[in-house]
Amino acid sequence: MLKDITLGQFFPGKTVIHRLDPRTKLLILILYIVALFLAKSYLSYALMLVFLVTVTLLGHIPFKSMTRGLKPMLIFILFTAVLNLFYTKSGRLLFEWKFIHIYSGGVRTAFFMVLRILLLICGTFLLTYTTSPIALTDALERLLNPLKKLHVPVHELAMMMCIALRFIPTLIEETDKIISAQKARGADFETGNLLRRAKALVPILVPLFVSAFRRADELATAMECRCYHGGDGRTRLKVLRYAKLDYLAFLIGLALLAAVIVLRHFGL
Amino acid sequence: MEQTPTKPIIQAENLRFTYPAAGETLALPVFENLNIEIEEGSFTAIIGPNGCGKSTLAKHFNAVLLPSGGKVWISGLDTTDEARLLDIRRQIGMVFQNPDNQIVANVVEEDVAFAPENLGVPSPEIRSRVDDALKTVGMYEYREHAPHLLSGGQKQRVAIAGVLAMQPRCIVLDEPTAMLDPRGREEVISTVSRLNRERGITVVLITHHMNEAAGADRVVVMHKGGILLDSSPREVFSQVELLRKAGLDVPQTTDLLFSLNGAGWSLPLDALTPEECAEAIAQAMQA
Repeated sequence: MLKDITLGQFFPGKTVIHRLDPRTKLLILILYIVALFLAKSYLSYALMLVFLVTVTLLGHIPFKSMTRGLKPMLIFILFTAVLNLFYTKSGRLLFEWKFIHIYSGGVRTAFFMVLRILLLICGTFLLTYTTSPIALTDALERLLNPLKKLHVPVHELAMMMCIALRFIPTLIEETDKIISAQKARGADFETGNLLRRAKALVPILVPLFVSAFRRADELATAMECRCYHGGDGRTRLKVLRYAKLDYLAFLIGLALLAAVIVLRHFGL
Repeated sequence: MEQTPTKPIIQAENLRFTYPAAGETLALPVFENLNIEIEEGSFTAIIGPNGCGKSTLAKHFNAVLLPSGGKVWISGLDTTDEARLLDIRRQIGMVFQNPDNQIVANVVEEDVAFAPENLGVPSPEIRSRVDDALKTVGMYEYREHAPHLLSGGQKQRVAIAGVLAMQPRCIVLDEPTAMLDPRGREEVISTVSRLNRERGITVVLITHHMNEAAGADRVVVMHKGGILLDSSPREVFSQVELLRKAGLDVPQTTDLLFSLNGAGWSLPLDALTPEECAEAIAQAMQA
């Protein structure tokens, strides 16, 4: 049951989008998000949508996996839509019933808000779908490298992220085992009210934490044995290098942002 | 320092170690006045009951633990010399019991690259070291796999590859097969003995499986923080009563011969392989 959890699911492939340097993809995502928050008109949203669909097609990402990923967000999106619909009081009054007033401005804001959230989520999905987690941590480490001068522990953070990603499946497997073991001892996780069920989690969490700490201790020793001594003087197996393709992609990202700003300036 | 082939790679002299006392309990030394030398290129098995100090001793071999008294030298380097710490650790690779807890990255080849990355090896050389190490342990086809999808024996071979990528002169394995099924155990042991035979890498194998120890050149039996026996497997395992008193098993072949002797036969106890054992019994029956 816990095996179904996918965090930052990655679809391996060899398409143009996959081959881009992870740093480029990360930077383009930032440009994309900025553009998304500056977009105000139908035209600019249409532009964003075209960009998203093109990248999805180029990356051979099935649209189905996108919609599947959006499912858990559905409640959040609906909630935003309803809030915006009822609380925006501008434009013509379209509908009135007791305390409910819906204005044309509300419909417009709600529509844009939902579109914005959808585009935002799908954009980040595209990054994690086409970039392996290890490449992503590597990119983060390299991009944040200048912060080292401000004594931000960039390497340590990246290492932690890498180890966390590595241990997610191991710990999930372990949780499954503990749940089975406690069930075999007569633990009941399915009945009772919320408080009772929350209390039933204690016999799962305690052994899980104990074992996680023991693992951490052993891993630290193993890392020391393999000469780990922090980020100083460390080299990498795969060195990130910008190629022509990356500059081109980055230019396209910049063009997208510029287009949205121009459209906004002219009120389109 | 002169380098002669018989020079010990690991040398412990009058070693004493006490874990720091917790609370009111009196700290008992794990071992006192322990002396051991491991020759370069040898295959040594260390056996002993739980809590006899095997793992603690192993951790002294690459300066994870430092002696409370006495000295440990790794090819002439004192393990307390902090400036040479990396020089010591790159020579002595360590493989632990739980394969899950020693794999760092979520791609096999990235994990094998971990040690050379730490040592600051240039990228193209890391690539060749990783490929070479993975081919040596027979895991090259799995280089792009996620480690959690591999079997226990495969994970442990990845861990060995991760150590090999440091190009160590010696590998210390602390009960590497304790969590594996018989097939995984066989994979790991055959890999290790091949490394010893073909590459001349010194192997120190800590184990609970007497059959694994029987395959070594030399068996060291530890008991209560001291060395009880230290000799060839044949000589060590023929001391059946002494080993049993220390709470240890003997290989099944020796066990059979010993039981037969108890029933009035007079068989040699130093037959370790099933073939030798069968031969010994056949000869005794003819006589």
